[in-house]
Amino acid sequence: MTTRVLASWLRIAAPIGVGVLGVAAWVLYVDVLGAAPRMLPSPTTIGVELVERWGIISNAMLITATNALIGLVIGALVAIVFAALAAAVKPIDGMLAPIVAAIAVVPIVALTPILNTMFGASSQFGRQAVAALAAFVPVFVNVLRGLRQTTPVHRDLLRASAASAAQTFRVLTLPTALPYLMTGLRIASSLAVIAALVAEYFGGPADGIGTAIATYAKSGRAALAWAFVAGGILIGLIFFLVTSLLEKLATRRPPV
Amino acid sequence: MTTTETPRPAAPAVRASGVGRVFSTASGDVIALGGVELEVAAGEFVSLIGPSGCGKSTLLRLIADLDQASTGELEIFGKPAARARIDQDYGIVFQQAGLLPWRTVGDNIALPLELHKVDKAERRARVAELAELVGLTEFVESYPDQLSGGMQQRVAIARALAARPRLLLMDEPFGALDEMTREYLQSELTRIAAETGAAVVFVTHSIPEAVFLSDRVVVMSPRPGRITDVLTTGFGDVARNEALRESPAYFDRVTAVREALHGAPVERANER
Repeated sequence: MTTRVLASWLRIAAPIGVGVLGVAAWVLYVDVLGAAPRMLPSPTTIGVELVERWGIISNAMLITATNALIGLVIGALVAIVFAALAAAVKPIDGMLAPIVAAIAVVPIVALTPILNTMFGASSQFGRQAVAALAAFVPVFVNVLRGLRQTTPVHRDLLRASAASAAQTFRVLTLPTALPYLMTGLRIASSLAVIAALVAEYFGGPADGIGTAIATYAKSGRAALAWAFVAGGILIGLIFFLVTSLLEKLATRRPPV
Repeated sequence: MTTTETPRPAAPAVRASGVGRVFSTASGDVIALGGVELEVAAGEFVSLIGPSGCGKSTLLRLIADLDQASTGELEIFGKPAARARIDQDYGIVFQQAGLLPWRTVGDNIALPLELHKVDKAERRARVAELAELVGLTEFVESYPDQLSGGMQQRVAIARALAARPRLLLMDEPFGALDEMTREYLQSELTRIAAETGAAVVFVTHSIPEAVFLSDRVVVMSPRPGRITDVLTTGFGDVARNEALRESPAYFDRVTAVREALHGAPVERANER
């Protein structure tokens, strides 16, 4: 149908169009009118800096991305273990619920100065711990929900088939929870990147995207600071795309 | 009561004596089922029919050991229901197919075998056999969401038969299907039951369905759930096909079951 073809064509073209318009307005504002403040350079200047300084930008990206990834993995693993415990043992669920609620409302980056002091200014651990804390909540909440999604007919089937508790978990409960885990990971991945990056503003080793943005912004090298921001956006995009792909793979079979 | 450890081969598929189930609720005890006396012979096809709340599904769940009886004794091939469940003496089909959406049709059929550590080659051979039996050979690699409701229910029947049970329990298996698919699957089921030689306990609320399929129809009534009548409806060696659905013998039995359900003679449409 022509309307559908048009719609799918528009789905790609529309955001690109908006992006092109935005950049055009930016160029008009900065280069043509020359009315922009000093800290907003032209997109071409930022692009040039991004290419020319790719070496140091990619190094900083690697540091921040590694911190975010370690935090995401550890936070997710701990969340999965705790969610499994909460799903299996009711008193544990009762104990964990208020703690998780408390963690969820803690402004996590606010903990960074304390963690940095605790683990020393030369350690990445404080940043990774912040990323892990940020990743923990969405993974825990989603996995716990996922572990409770088995339907009565499936539970009856496994019981009628004389499946052991371990078999039921492996064959039914875990696969049922998998799409929920992936949704949790997708949400957690963006949070972990933001947490790891923002944590760099609060001390610790003098490396990473966040540190560079703060340094160059303060010293007035606007284009370079913006190039590092672009690097941060790239990390977030990569994390988001990978976890979105995983989620898509896990949910490709709808329940029947 | 039984004195022998190993059940005799002649033990009935199901033997219930004085079986009842009471549910405790906030407003007091509810008798879902009481005083059930029933024997299903090996290879026999028995339907349980009755209005909602008559306990027919409850009785099936007790036989399947998905729920425990409050009173009475229940034996499956001479064993307690729990033992029979663990020994895989029965296969079960629910109203919903209950297939695992992330598994292929073949892997769904093989699930009971996989759970009991049957090796892979044997599993594959058995899946091929069962897919053939239910007419889904070319769909073994498909996923459940690519199948129609009737086909999904056929996969569920194949899965129930995977461990070669001598008893098949069915809880309104065709209740969610359209009439055409229903009649087709009824014919298929009589063929499958005959080929496997398994006894079948079939819960339904459709009178024609019960009459078409069964050797005996067990009529139940609600509040409290109990058996009110047992009618022998079998057609002997007559083939169960479309011609049977049009035959006077069939209509006579439909009327008999309807009268038993209503507890009074019913005016017959074909006698006006």
